[in-house]
Amino acid sequence: MFDKDEIAQIKKAKKSWESKELKKTLEIFEERKKEFITESGISIQRLYTPLDLKEKKCSYNKDLNFPGLYPFTRGDNPTMYRSHLWKVYQYGGYGTAETTNERFQYTLRQGANELGIALDLPTQIGYDSDHPLAKGEVGRIGVAINSLEDMEALFNGIPLENIDISTTANAIGPIFLAWCLALAEKRNIPLEKLGVRIQNDILKEYVARGTYAFPIRPSVRFACDLIEYGLKNKLSNLRTEICGYHMREAGATVIQEMAFTLANAVEYIKELMSRGISIDDLPQPIMNTVAGLELFEGISKNRAMRRMWARILRERFGAKEGSECLKLTFFGGSQASRWTAQQPLNNIIRGTIAALVQALSGVQVCGVARYDQALCLPTPESVRIATRTQQIISEETGVMDTVDPLGGSYYVEALTDELEDKATELFKKVEAMGGAIVAIENGFMEAEIGKSAYKDLREVETGERVRIGVNKYQVDEALSIGMMKIDPLEEEKQLRKLHRLKKERDNDKVKHDLQVIKEAAQDKVNLVPPILKAVKSYTTIGEICGVLREVFGDYQRPKY
Amino acid sequence: MKERERPIRILIAKPGLDGHDRGAKALTLALRDKGMEVIYTGIRQTPESIVQTAIQEDVEVVGLSSLAGAHNYHFPRVAELLAEGGNSDVLIIGGGIISEEDVASLKEKGIKEIFGPGARTEDIVNFIRQNVKRGGGQK
Repeated sequence: MFDKDEIAQIKKAKKSWESKELKKTLEIFEERKKEFITESGISIQRLYTPLDLKEKKCSYNKDLNFPGLYPFTRGDNPTMYRSHLWKVYQYGGYGTAETTNERFQYTLRQGANELGIALDLPTQIGYDSDHPLAKGEVGRIGVAINSLEDMEALFNGIPLENIDISTTANAIGPIFLAWCLALAEKRNIPLEKLGVRIQNDILKEYVARGTYAFPIRPSVRFACDLIEYGLKNKLSNLRTEICGYHMREAGATVIQEMAFTLANAVEYIKELMSRGISIDDLPQPIMNTVAGLELFEGISKNRAMRRMWARILRERFGAKEGSECLKLTFFGGSQASRWTAQQPLNNIIRGTIAALVQALSGVQVCGVARYDQALCLPTPESVRIATRTQQIISEETGVMDTVDPLGGSYYVEALTDELEDKATELFKKVEAMGGAIVAIENGFMEAEIGKSAYKDLREVETGERVRIGVNKYQVDEALSIGMMKIDPLEEEKQLRKLHRLKKERDNDKVKHDLQVIKEAAQDKVNLVPPILKAVKSYTTIGEICGVLREVFGDYQRPKY
Repeated sequence: MKERERPIRILIAKPGLDGHDRGAKALTLALRDKGMEVIYTGIRQTPESIVQTAIQEDVEVVGLSSLAGAHNYHFPRVAELLAEGGNSDVLIIGGGIISEEDVASLKEKGIKEIFGPGARTEDIVNFIRQNVKRGGGQK
């Protein structure tokens, strides 16, 4: 990016600076550490100059280019936040749909424009609330949704035309989509007005978080049924999300997050292409990217990820330059595993920094984890503060007034390059192994992430890695924040609703619809149409997943 | 080697549907580093399967982990089943996101200690060493 003469001059000046000013200073002040490194282990130099970019052969046109142009390092579109501020997202849900509806109304009044539905674990895994394994889990970490009836109650009085809804439905994506489509139909909402984002990335569930329902290969097909259905039916506002978040929370470094998320995505792309879908017809992707507290590594990661994604889709799959599938967008969350139960109000500051990482690297939707998340489900107060954090950054700080504000920073560009190089190397290692599915089946991904998590734990325990309130600046304090409690009667309420529904609906129709789903699963045809039909007759998620389990079987996790 | 010098045997278990097992896995490795014999069940265990494994593996300690709010059901059930089978000398400890109020009630139901977010391995190890009944769980 600099001409030869200028580089030669800088080189000369740097040598002189090192032998005089720097040397003198180091004789008086020793540096704080022998080596400075990022969380993912990249060595941080004392100073970055044009020489670092030269050394990496960084070319403005090839590596950065203009926003909206390949390889999209600076952004997926030319104006970014100057046209649209990010969408303010809040994730919530507990107890029954009726109870969560109240929380949703509150969240919308605070100015959120994307509602994230936290589904309880039985729902996410495809069990009804009355399944023996659901005991004690109903409505606990999310809302229990057994059927379309619960979805209707969840959005009662909420105009779906004006907001986006989203959820983590990795194992059950097509069922969640069917609920949304059925709800829209009942309310006469045109499908192009229905903004739905579904986290539909089952592969990372086998390495982190564990919210899977079926074995790997049929699950990948099931997830791809959703994407294929969206394409064929031109659901232009349906976004299916790939996700690095849970791997990061399980301990993955930024580099592992990048490489494994992309490797997982490649498996879906391969499956879709095997169905005769052209790479150039794939929708614009959205990735759930998580920000910790390392500002520069986080910013550089999103920039590097946009570039790496575009390059691999173009080089490996031959996507054409103008294809939507090259332009990676982001949901930007915050790494709640870095939140501390000790001195919990400090997490408001951590949330602010994580959101700033996302703002400075151009994410489309932002969600901040609530300060009480290491202790309980969020209270209305903590939801409001998280929402305000997002709004203060986007509306009061001016950081969104220019595109890619840190582009051209010697440090950020050097780090962006290094992250791309290291993540590409790990991605290629997974590919050489046979791809993500193999790397999951043989335990590679889980073991790599586990090693990073253990390293982190040891570093926190030795104090090498600072966790304020945990291993430094601890105080003896009684916990003085309000805690969210779930009424245990909610579980009973849900069970009563479910039993009444099963009595009142047309059970012959349900039986027939389930048989059709079973046959479709056996024939390996797209499951969305028969599931859509079934949810309209109030077939429950447990019943649908029950017949799918009969065909697909159960998953056996490799021993850790 | 004398009987009492045998390494402490521990089962780390994840009851219920919660799949957040970063803590369970990291603790498994950390306790192994401290010379203990640690078995990790993997996720989605029922109280019944945990107790069965605990007996089969002849452990002296069961560590239960839950971050998804279902501890009030699963933890006491494990204690109950161990006691029913005459294995009440097995030390049961727990960890996860558990409110102070719940900690108090779990302690009444046979969970000897609960370690919350930020708990130190050293404290867990010390607690185990001080409270384990050596040879407990052995028939």
